[in-house]
Amino acid sequence: MIEKNLPAIIPLLFLFASLIIPLLGVWKKNLAYPIAALTALTSAILSLYGFVFVILTGPINYYFGGWIPPVGIEYVYDHLSSFVVLVINFVALFVIAYSYQPVEKELPGKQTAYYSVVMLLLTGFNGMIITGDLFNLYVFIEISSLASYALIGVGDKKAPFAAFKYLIIGTIGASFYLLGIGYLYFMSGTLNMNDLYNILPHMNDSPTIIVALILIVVGLGIKMAIFPMHGWLPDSYTHAPSSSSALIAPIGTKVGAYAMIRLLYFVFGLNYFSQELAVSDLIAIFSSAGIIFGSILAIAQKEMKRMLAYSSVAQIGYIGLGIGLANPFGFIGAVLHLLNHAFMKATLFMVAGSIITKEGHSDIFKFDDTYRKKYPWTMAAFTVAALSMVGLPPLAGFFSKWYLALGTIENSSWLFLAVILISSLLNAVYFFRILEKVYMKSPDASEVKEEVKRNEIQFSMLMPILVLAIGLIVLGILNFIIVEHIYKMMPEGMFSL
Amino acid sequence: MEIISTYNSTIPFYAVMVSLLAVPLIIISRSNPNLREGWTILAALVKFVLVLTLLPAALEGKAAVFNILEIAPGVELALKADQFGIFFAIIASGLWIFTSFYSIGYVRGNNEKKQTRYFASFAVCLSATIGIAFSANLLTFIIFYEVLTIATYPLVIHKENKEAIAAGRKYLLYTLTAGVILIAAAGLTYHYTNTLDFSAGGIFSDVNLSKDAVIVLFMLFLAGVGVKAGIMPLHSWLPAAMAAPTPVSALLHAVAVVKSGVFGVVRVVGFVFGPEMMEQYGLNNILFAFAGTTIILASLLAFKQDNLKRRLAYSTVGHLSYIVLGVSLLSTSGFTGGIMHISTHATMKITLFFCAGAIYVNLHRENISQLDGIAKVMPWTMGAFTIGSIGLAGIPPINGFISKWFLGIGSLEAGMDIGLTILLLSGLLNAGYFFPIIYRAYFKEGSGLENYGEANKLMVVPITITAVLSVLFGLFPDLFFNFFDLAVSITTDVMKGL
Repeated sequence: MIEKNLPAIIPLLFLFASLIIPLLGVWKKNLAYPIAALTALTSAILSLYGFVFVILTGPINYYFGGWIPPVGIEYVYDHLSSFVVLVINFVALFVIAYSYQPVEKELPGKQTAYYSVVMLLLTGFNGMIITGDLFNLYVFIEISSLASYALIGVGDKKAPFAAFKYLIIGTIGASFYLLGIGYLYFMSGTLNMNDLYNILPHMNDSPTIIVALILIVVGLGIKMAIFPMHGWLPDSYTHAPSSSSALIAPIGTKVGAYAMIRLLYFVFGLNYFSQELAVSDLIAIFSSAGIIFGSILAIAQKEMKRMLAYSSVAQIGYIGLGIGLANPFGFIGAVLHLLNHAFMKATLFMVAGSIITKEGHSDIFKFDDTYRKKYPWTMAAFTVAALSMVGLPPLAGFFSKWYLALGTIENSSWLFLAVILISSLLNAVYFFRILEKVYMKSPDASEVKEEVKRNEIQFSMLMPILVLAIGLIVLGILNFIIVEHIYKMMPEGMFSL
Repeated sequence: MEIISTYNSTIPFYAVMVSLLAVPLIIISRSNPNLREGWTILAALVKFVLVLTLLPAALEGKAAVFNILEIAPGVELALKADQFGIFFAIIASGLWIFTSFYSIGYVRGNNEKKQTRYFASFAVCLSATIGIAFSANLLTFIIFYEVLTIATYPLVIHKENKEAIAAGRKYLLYTLTAGVILIAAAGLTYHYTNTLDFSAGGIFSDVNLSKDAVIVLFMLFLAGVGVKAGIMPLHSWLPAAMAAPTPVSALLHAVAVVKSGVFGVVRVVGFVFGPEMMEQYGLNNILFAFAGTTIILASLLAFKQDNLKRRLAYSTVGHLSYIVLGVSLLSTSGFTGGIMHISTHATMKITLFFCAGAIYVNLHRENISQLDGIAKVMPWTMGAFTIGSIGLAGIPPINGFISKWFLGIGSLEAGMDIGLTILLLSGLLNAGYFFPIIYRAYFKEGSGLENYGEANKLMVVPITITAVLSVLFGLFPDLFFNFFDLAVSITTDVMKGL
């Protein structure tokens, strides 16, 4: 019985948690973290259950209030959405488990509000993934965005301005999207995704649909932070509290990417956006520009979180490129990178947060070889994640790049192939810069130095970092199992293209 | 040799894994150096024995296969211990045993820091090398190839001074670039052929491609494996990497890493493109031109170096291209000679590097101009050095003569007289840059040597053994491991289509 209602239960669980936390918070302040962690754990288990259930018995369609679509709102739990829900909720679980100490340190006294908003954020994300209705998607976009503004705004001194910038840009994006679905509704009379997928091929020539497509792509592009619509991202991730950036950076843009995949492949249809209109080419071109741009700017940063933020711009570019390639390998690359990058970025941002908690800064130029002795395990996890970002086999990052590279070759897009390969090297530059500092004695340093003692971060912070880092190795070696499953996520007829 | 048959066996997997399993043991026992080095020695011995157990079947033409898991559609992470793989694995794992003993003498004699990291990285490198040797397909090859790149890095920067860090950056720049180019090449190959399996004679037989596409693909492969193989102009990381401790230079930068590159060249020529295709599109001439130029230029550059290890590095660059040249000839003797040179150069060059390290640890001298008269205090070391030197110059009865002989005959078979000229010229140049060292050591009067004697036994014994092996393999090429039989049979297998 539970599985039939699973699509609704997961977002609602987070919604209830976000309401209960402030209510109980009045009575007891330190209940916020356990409730949030418990909710995240329950949803992670539920999404795992749902994922397995979908594999065994097929997609679940849930009709809200029993209203049959297109009248009612439909929630769709298919191969793609169950997979992304699983990824999001697992990463969220680890980041929330990690966040206890950083939140206590950076946001003293605000735990209740913080965890309540986090639950709201996850309501939005899960809803965006599971919903099968365009307007409902808009609602969840707004829920998650409002929650993100709040989570970012409570950071350091510059955070309110970064959050405000994000608010303005994010609202413009959401408005574009809303306009887009308005046009679609006007033309087709439906907001149900499945319905539209069947109706749209009959009105392909209409300029209204073309405008709708462009508006939606731009709107979601802003949410996803595709270059050159990424302007809100670096400031937000830099100035947000480390627990917020560790939560939003790995999964926030991914949900945007998922919405893009859902809309392009499952509403407009592969044929329309890649063959009849060259929108896919545009996405690929902008994404590639973002890959290069983000990587180069990441090299130029001297603050670790800001460097990771620009690196995110580049990595989102990989997903965008995979979407834009519009062939099976590109699709695999995009979905696989969605998973891999969520793991990698979560690990890296959590490491950055740990360094901030311990050292009070994350200025790369102040890193030295005492870190290796003080935080051996954290640094080992950082090394694994960094090597995976560079794309070294057998770590996870290599395989998403491998499929993206195969995708570019399939399309004979040599320029994009070069972009993927060159960006690996650029990644190597900014990660090895840190590794060199951490693992090597600086040649200029004086010989005599006081003994440094091991000063590893608390177990509750270390454990999630290590689990995700080990996950990168496991995901790399077992990637084929996932890839085989991604084939099932593709829209019908993609293989024969 | 008839068609190669295969049988399932987990031994190749264990042979790869044994040194990897030693890594945690090495790290755990970091406070007890004797136990720590014990793990290294044990891993080296076990690895060598495991590799050797695969040899008898390989000689009968049977290859042990182990599929680890499927890693991409139609591509398995798979190991296949074919004759060529075993050939390389025996050399790498066998010489690791000597290097391990020598390393202990070296790092202790030199009071090196971070010895645990040193031995752990070394063990990972050997796992990667055997992985490369036993890779059944390009993707597996790339995985181990990249692991080797990363595992060697801590060894290159071991000294952690400015020079070492600069060398490390250069090393990463060259090898990581090569890695991504190789990935591109593999991707294209997969696109054209739908397979990545190495297969004697090539995998492109059913594919029609334009000449330009083939040449671009070949150049990508060449850049990908050519960096580690030190083909000019991609060689300059190697002299820089001499900043590493000498045992690293000896095993990795004379045998494991650079030979992995050459091994890759042979795999690409013989098992991806295949001789027919090489000839059809004139790829052999491209390869020949690169190899020939590298041999001559590297030998000339070696003259300029006063630092002994740098001179040896340039000599290595030149000799690696002997192998490439032999392969590019596409004649039976040339191919055999090239493969033979993988083993002969290994024993000779490792001897020379060992000597350089012994001199450094014992006398703290690293420049050739400081070596006057040292043969009096270090007779065993310089004796071994002499054997290695004359071997590299191609003088019998050292094993270098054999490979060179076949390379020469191969040039004539292929109608490439210029190949023979290059080889003879290079032989003279080799003599030209090695013999003055020997002359200084034996016949010039040295100073400041009164209080010194021969180096530590842990170093001298491995030096002597590798020098003796060079002579033994020169007299009996089929001694112990049937290197010559293996080389001939690999060649027959690859050339069967011609």
